[in-house]
Amino acid sequence: MPEPKVREHAPDQTATTRRFEKVNEIIERHGKLQSALIPILQEVQEEYRYLPEEILTYIAMAMDLAPATVFGVATFYAQFSLEPKGKYVIKICDGTACHVRGSNPVNEAIRKRVGLSSEHKKTTEDMRFTVETVSCLGACGLAPVVMINDQVYGQITPEAINLIIDRILEEEGEAK
Amino acid sequence: MIDSKTKLCELRDKWQAALEHEKARILVCAGTGCVANGSLQVYQALKQEVEASGEYVSVDLIIEEEESGISVVKSGCHGFCEMGPLVRLEPSGVLYTKVKVEDAKEIVDALVNGAEPVERLLYHHPTTGQVFKEEHNIPFYKHQNRNSLGHCGVIDPEDLREYIAGNGYQALAKVLTEMKPEEVCQEIIASGLRGRGGGGFPTGQKWEFTRIAQGDQKYVICNGDEGDPGAFMDRSVMEGDPHKLIEGMAIAGYAVGADEGYIYVRAEYPLAVKRLKIAIKAARENGLLGKDILGTGFSFDLKIKEGAGAFVCGEETALMESIEGKRGMPKPKPPFPAQSGLWGKPTVINNVETLANITQIINQGAAWFKALGTEKSAGTKTFAITGQVANTGLIEVPLGITLREILYEIGGGLRGGKKFKAVQIGGPSGGCLTEEHLDMPLDYDSLKSVGAMVGSGGLVFMDESTCMVEVARYFMTFTQNESCGKCVPCREGTKRMLEILERAVNGEGRPEDVEILEELALAVKDGSLCGLGKTAPNPVLSMLKYFRDEYIAHVVDKKCLAGVCQALKGYAIDPEKCKGCSKCSKVCPVGAISGEIKKPFVIDTDKCIKCGACISACPFKAIKEG
Repeated sequence: MPEPKVREHAPDQTATTRRFEKVNEIIERHGKLQSALIPILQEVQEEYRYLPEEILTYIAMAMDLAPATVFGVATFYAQFSLEPKGKYVIKICDGTACHVRGSNPVNEAIRKRVGLSSEHKKTTEDMRFTVETVSCLGACGLAPVVMINDQVYGQITPEAINLIIDRILEEEGEAK
Repeated sequence: MIDSKTKLCELRDKWQAALEHEKARILVCAGTGCVANGSLQVYQALKQEVEASGEYVSVDLIIEEEESGISVVKSGCHGFCEMGPLVRLEPSGVLYTKVKVEDAKEIVDALVNGAEPVERLLYHHPTTGQVFKEEHNIPFYKHQNRNSLGHCGVIDPEDLREYIAGNGYQALAKVLTEMKPEEVCQEIIASGLRGRGGGGFPTGQKWEFTRIAQGDQKYVICNGDEGDPGAFMDRSVMEGDPHKLIEGMAIAGYAVGADEGYIYVRAEYPLAVKRLKIAIKAARENGLLGKDILGTGFSFDLKIKEGAGAFVCGEETALMESIEGKRGMPKPKPPFPAQSGLWGKPTVINNVETLANITQIINQGAAWFKALGTEKSAGTKTFAITGQVANTGLIEVPLGITLREILYEIGGGLRGGKKFKAVQIGGPSGGCLTEEHLDMPLDYDSLKSVGAMVGSGGLVFMDESTCMVEVARYFMTFTQNESCGKCVPCREGTKRMLEILERAVNGEGRPEDVEILEELALAVKDGSLCGLGKTAPNPVLSMLKYFRDEYIAHVVDKKCLAGVCQALKGYAIDPEKCKGCSKCSKVCPVGAISGEIKKPFVIDTDKCIKCGACISACPFKAIKEG
């Protein structure tokens, strides 16, 4: 969308309003009771792919809650991320069934393939991949299981996951 | 709008009769497992083939116009995930396994021409090679008794009409028109139904406590936060038969005097959320939820709450905190939810599978339910059988069945004919059972007596290649991660226990650790508020009880008997076999191998990182692990 000219004259205000427009809309829809906080955070995260700090503060203000309450909830649940996530979120299931059927080698293969060397890093430099383990995806019959965005892949081996990632990279126009 | 019991019965009869006109029905499993294996594409292909044959007719036409033909329907989970994608034919009961898009034509041709089913897609017994045509004859299904899962894989979960044609909402109509709330509670008490989520508390009593509690507002909550790794029965019910859950909750609402309910579903189950939303909408539009249900004056409505990824929210008080929009931390009991639950109001909170049993109990009577299972553990229970077992999947059997029956008759033994070592029951809160427990009846009380629990019903089978110390470490990592941090013994204790176990698998274990581990385990058990902390040490305690030798081998002899723990592996070159070709030293990434050409080489174990590169490089198989 072309930027409206008015922005040049009052950059801060308009930018801020626009930034929070979507958040306002989400809060509006859910109401300002505390019981709506988790659904609001979920929708905001869907929109921004993570929960930027200033938005958390804004939500606290808008809902008349202490910022500590909002941060407390946002950091308590595993689903919420205060750091930006990559375009492809790869979740490796490390539930018991997947664990005993070899989810570890799959995890290692993925991290190696997308180039995440340090154990603490979750997202690649180019913001393309985020790799994380989850406790159980509930597809234990197909262990080990990997979920990329919303697509579930079952009976995965290190070789199979490499092929899947190759396909993604190819679609991204990065054929080797 | 279905505004009376009479109307409900009329529709049932009409739709039932209409569905009988159906020549045949092709049911494609659309549970999470089969979808991952491509069942949606199989569904499309089958539909196209049936259309091409000119026999296709949609369920809409069958029900509304009473036309005849073959329909193709997406169903809930059939349970036999290992063999997916699964396709079932009605009315013949033929089950096709591992169906691919390319097989669609052959399947449809055989069906349309009335020929014998396609043999290569039928289930073949892995050892005897025997071919099974019908689903109910396959050993995996033969020993089951599917009640709460009865509709899963048989009806289209997104079509309310099919649920009603199969006697749906009759139980709700019965309680609303014929029973008083206290009679409903009594009926559930008489059935002996116990909570299927783990605790095993009598469901009817929970209802009765909530019913007699004083309060202007009461709530019914369905706990669908199925967090136990290795269990997926609740997901299957929510995905495969959402109306049964809704009906069960409405009955609970009537029994306790609540007009509002919440279904708390974990974030990892997007398909379950989608199907529940569709079902709630349909129920509401037809007057089966909302105000004045079936013209009886009873009102009840439901909301879905999606969890945000916290295992501890499976604990009831934590779950309610989470619905209120707070951090999901447990609260001390009493007061129990029945007195003071959601927003301080009397609340009945039941697990998905528990609620999925209600309609059958009302329809078929408490006595029927009580006759299934054992005296103190009535009814049937679902178990998710996973791990190194040949037939993984979801089963439902009467309580009191033995592990041996589940493992060998339903599960088909261990994969690759390996030897059974242990089974983890009840997830990270349960314990492991060994060979000696194979003939013990599986029920709430016998399991408790040996330090395990039914839990949600996850059975993860492990063979001899599994290291039990590593498994204990795995569970400790899980509970340590999921500890909410409220109680110090759980927060700090699990961390210290994990450190000790990590030392053991990394080859740095100390012999004195075993006593500290046991002491800590008991402290965590005694000093924690909720079920998570109270049960977190169970896997470690049962490992120390049944596999103490393995633990001692790790910390004293620095050996992993199963050969799993990397750090305890050592590589050595057999001088007899080594020809001194130097291939190994060239591939070694850390330069740990040295030697003279044509003489045996040696590995410097201090430098070796145990990557295994030398093993694959050696043409003479001279390098040994151990």
